[in-house]
Amino acid sequence: MWKWLNSYADPERSYKLAGTFLPWFVCLAIALIGVGTTWGLLFAPMDYQQGDSFRIIYIHVPAASMSMAAYMGMATASFIGIVWQIKAADWAAASIAPIGAVITFIALFTGAAWGKPMWGTWWVWDARLTSELVLLFLYLGVIALYASFEDKVLAARAAGILAIVGVINIPIIKYSVDWWSSLHQPATIKITEKSTMTGDMLYPLLINIVGFGMMIGAITLVRFRAEVLARNGMRPWVRELATQEVSK
Amino acid sequence: MNPRRKKRLTLAVALIAGVAAVASLLLYALNSNLNLFYTPYEIVNGKNDTGVMPEVGQRIRVGGMVTVGSMKRDPNSLHVEFAVHDSAGGEIIVTYDDLLPDLFREGQGIVAQGVLVESGKLEASEVLAKHDENYMPPEVAEAMGQKHEKLDYSEQKPSEGYQY
Repeated sequence: MWKWLNSYADPERSYKLAGTFLPWFVCLAIALIGVGTTWGLLFAPMDYQQGDSFRIIYIHVPAASMSMAAYMGMATASFIGIVWQIKAADWAAASIAPIGAVITFIALFTGAAWGKPMWGTWWVWDARLTSELVLLFLYLGVIALYASFEDKVLAARAAGILAIVGVINIPIIKYSVDWWSSLHQPATIKITEKSTMTGDMLYPLLINIVGFGMMIGAITLVRFRAEVLARNGMRPWVRELATQEVSK
Repeated sequence: MNPRRKKRLTLAVALIAGVAAVASLLLYALNSNLNLFYTPYEIVNGKNDTGVMPEVGQRIRVGGMVTVGSMKRDPNSLHVEFAVHDSAGGEIIVTYDDLLPDLFREGQGIVAQGVLVESGKLEASEVLAKHDENYMPPEVAEAMGQKHEKLDYSEQKPSEGYQY
């Protein structure tokens, strides 16, 4: 099993494997986000207090939860890359970082746009908002570190250490609303007990959360394939691939 | 596992453990300073963990529920006055001279920032509505409202801390 798993560390095989997965991720992402967003924005009932403004939850919550999930994915890849020195894992980490940064920005932006009419302010320095902002800076730091070294082995090690250290921020974001008093409300979707949201509002939200995960997976695969090609430009199999593309 | 890999694994795990330890100690030390606001009980009796009481003239935030029936509006200006209470039994008066946010209503959670003008009275410069984690369609809220007051959080046990 170990040997079998290790064979996918080979750039050519991981490139092809990513290509096989890609159409599935794309189809699932489009289908799930399509269904979840249409259901959530058009058919879900409005909230008893916020009216239609609550519908931003169908973008905000998937973006926020997936910004943390993407970070965990990036940190895991970095960990594997550093300990086992598998280059494909380093490339995977490098390809997750920008999409994670964008999704974190979307979460912050939609939250601010909702906060202005509901709370009465765009921004407040409470624990949840601040720690999510720190997450954005962590992503930007990883991107900058990876881009600033000419030698990509060294770059991946530096960016990987930052990514692993930053993992500590994830539980802080998750539990910030329980540990300290904050303006941001506590979690609505609960795993161990009943969620404090009725089913007809909850299901489109869950569908969208999975859909956002699939979307991040799909974009990561595209970026991963590009990264593999960029790092292996001199290899015979890449040259062969390029000549095939040209002759087509 | 070869020795070099083992060494890297140990180093990486040690790094994570070290950072986690540092972060938790740091957060533990800063604990009370990371709270966004005082609860009314803490303004009257001092903070739960440190016993620190805000002084008159200090700029603070207070968070709590608007007491039902306490709202007084000046008919000639924007001036409003209302009481804010919490589950621990503290209550203070908040005055405000500006527009209130959409979600503001009696029984709603709010966070007000302002100057403590006398013990138990806050002159607010900003009032923010705090939304809770409950979402439901209006019909469900109506049906539930007949059985128990959904927006009154005063029955919460103080041991659970102040959250709404």
